[in-house]
Amino acid sequence: MPFVIPKDAYAGKVNALTFGSGDKAVTVGGDNGLPFLSFESSIPNRPLIALEIQDVAPSDWPDTVRTVYDGVSDSPAKWAKFCQDSLGAKIVALRLTGTHPDKENRSAEDAVKTVTEVLSAIDVPVMILGSGHIEKDAQVLKAAAEAAKGKECILGKAQEENYKTIVTAAIANNHKLIAMSQLDVNLAKQLNILITQMGFNKDNIIMDPMSSALGYGIEYTYSVMERIRQAALVQNDPMMQTPLLCDIGPNVWKTKESAAPESELPEWGALTERGIVWESVTASTMIMAGCNLLVMRHPKAIETVNKLISELI
Amino acid sequence: MALSGVEIFKHLPKTNCKKCGYPTCLAFAMKLAALQESTDKCPDLSEEAKKFLGAAAEPPIRGITLGGRGVKVGEETVLFRHEKKFVNPCPIALNIKDTEGADAITKHIADVNSSEIDKVGQMLRVDLVCVTDESGDPARFAAVVKQVADGAPNAGLILNSSSPASIEAAIAHCADKRPLVYGANAENLDAMVKIAKEKKVALGIYAKGLDALSDLSEKVKGMGVTDIVLDSGARTAKEMVEEYTMIRRAALKKSFKPLGFPVISFVSRDDSVLEAAVASIGIMKYASIIVVNSIEKWKTLALLTLRQNIYTDPQVPMQVEQKIYKIGDANENSPLLVTTNFSLTYFIVRGEIENSKVPCWLAIMNVEGLSVLTAWAAGKFVAGSIANFIKESEAPKLVAKKELILPGYVSVLSGSLEDKLGDGWKVVVGPREANQLPAFLKGRAA
Repeated sequence: MPFVIPKDAYAGKVNALTFGSGDKAVTVGGDNGLPFLSFESSIPNRPLIALEIQDVAPSDWPDTVRTVYDGVSDSPAKWAKFCQDSLGAKIVALRLTGTHPDKENRSAEDAVKTVTEVLSAIDVPVMILGSGHIEKDAQVLKAAAEAAKGKECILGKAQEENYKTIVTAAIANNHKLIAMSQLDVNLAKQLNILITQMGFNKDNIIMDPMSSALGYGIEYTYSVMERIRQAALVQNDPMMQTPLLCDIGPNVWKTKESAAPESELPEWGALTERGIVWESVTASTMIMAGCNLLVMRHPKAIETVNKLISELI
Repeated sequence: MALSGVEIFKHLPKTNCKKCGYPTCLAFAMKLAALQESTDKCPDLSEEAKKFLGAAAEPPIRGITLGGRGVKVGEETVLFRHEKKFVNPCPIALNIKDTEGADAITKHIADVNSSEIDKVGQMLRVDLVCVTDESGDPARFAAVVKQVADGAPNAGLILNSSSPASIEAAIAHCADKRPLVYGANAENLDAMVKIAKEKKVALGIYAKGLDALSDLSEKVKGMGVTDIVLDSGARTAKEMVEEYTMIRRAALKKSFKPLGFPVISFVSRDDSVLEAAVASIGIMKYASIIVVNSIEKWKTLALLTLRQNIYTDPQVPMQVEQKIYKIGDANENSPLLVTTNFSLTYFIVRGEIENSKVPCWLAIMNVEGLSVLTAWAAGKFVAGSIANFIKESEAPKLVAKKELILPGYVSVLSGSLEDKLGDGWKVVVGPREANQLPAFLKGRAA
């Protein structure tokens, strides 16, 4: 009985999304098959990794990853430059975490100042992320979008409760947009529809299905993403064909596995490697489910995942 | 298995004699296709048809049990875990070379024996040891196999050598443990098949690429070995994903028998974190056994956690244990919150409490893994049951002030819950969404 390669045919294709300005602009997506099956489909753009920085020094990151940025994390511009020049970041993701009312409650003006400083310090593409607070993000991201006009940033995250303001700001200032929904295929599609109904080009959306960390419900994210990809490729659903973003840092680096000392849990082994492997395996799980763009924190985990992606392509 | 009723019908006598108990041959064929009937019911079935249909009723990917504690591999039925549960979690095997020094091997054995971790109530461990013949010396290989078999009696064994003489020498020390003999290739086929049949053990077979592997598999099966484990020579992550996908698709969707067996994957990288990342690809994409070069505790923890996550039944909500969880340095003055045991609910609520930095007691109630609103709608998270759970738990002893914080979504329960709790308990309505917990808790603490 001769072996015949069992190929699947795909009707649809993931949109290619280009962001950033000048010769440092990058493109993600464009794949026309399930992840990494070169015998039946092609991956014109490899999954990329953005390095996360914040507007305020990270007090709640475990030592393993916080100390990597000692000496630069007190200034977002210095931090961004360190990521670009010393760590070779192709993309920097600025999280305006200090604007959260429960944190430092920094104002939209403060955020504008930070965004402007970061944008003038580096020339790689920038993603501008809010703090995750629904109302505050609408204000902050609107102001940040104006300050970043012309840089073609990725702006986010727009959620069902606050997308209108953010979409308007993205249209007015020519940015791309993260549409985030909570672990549900239908909600993800619904939000893409709502956003495009405002006149936003669907090719400029990247979808965040809500990431989770290894050991903390990652199988939900994994399966939601696999189903979104199948809807996009097999069922050719245009509203599911936006690339996928996984913002894993905040989930990974608040797990017990990334923070609990070995003295407390000797059966879990060395803490530094444990944090790094936690972020690496969380990332590998997301890229196997179809992730096109990751936001990560630890340089060693990023190096590992980049090597893995090179092996997969 | 993958045969349709119509395909089966073609092989039936088409007499509609009703001896099988069904009105027509087609009706019987439909039952066979659904695996709800046996071909035995048809007395007039030809020998040829019996053989054909019997083979079709076998699982598309053969299940094989390996020694030690008895780890089952194979028998998978789907390509994507959202379709149906992945069945048999792939064991992790530690590779030990027979050229390593005695001390190093002793250390490996100790690592395997102490690899067990308790993950959400499941005991997970490194189940297998793969002893690799690097020396080419049968005596040495056999001695190391004996050392491992004696030192790690609960672990299963993979005997990795292409030399029949080495396998013969080693298997004498462990035949009762049902080791996997790995393996046979085009050159040593006859001798390896002989050993596998004599000792009644599973045989790993190696050929580069799926054409050659399919040929070899058919040959080995033709020689009378039924328990086969496949190695297509995939070593890079790309080869693993592509070849394992093809193998599983061929077995499940094309009923291609030569590849209907478990797959063994060898992952070896100098950088242990990278090795973990590559092994994770095998866990997601269809490896049945994964051999790694090192099992640092942090690495095993990550891989076994991923395996547990991926092999979770997508149709049964993941649950956590019913109990009062201590978060941070909670004491008798810390707030007490209650919610359900759906694992996502638990993880999200716990994460937000941790974010708040306010130490708390979190009472997790068993409602069979439903979320708050679903459990309430199903009548499982209601005043009476919550009150009983709290009163019978250790909560009354843990907190000085009898106050319980209830999820905002079920605020309607607060009055009746207070009545049912009695004894001076006060019920406070908390926020609806977990992400509002930090503000809520900090507001109360201030």
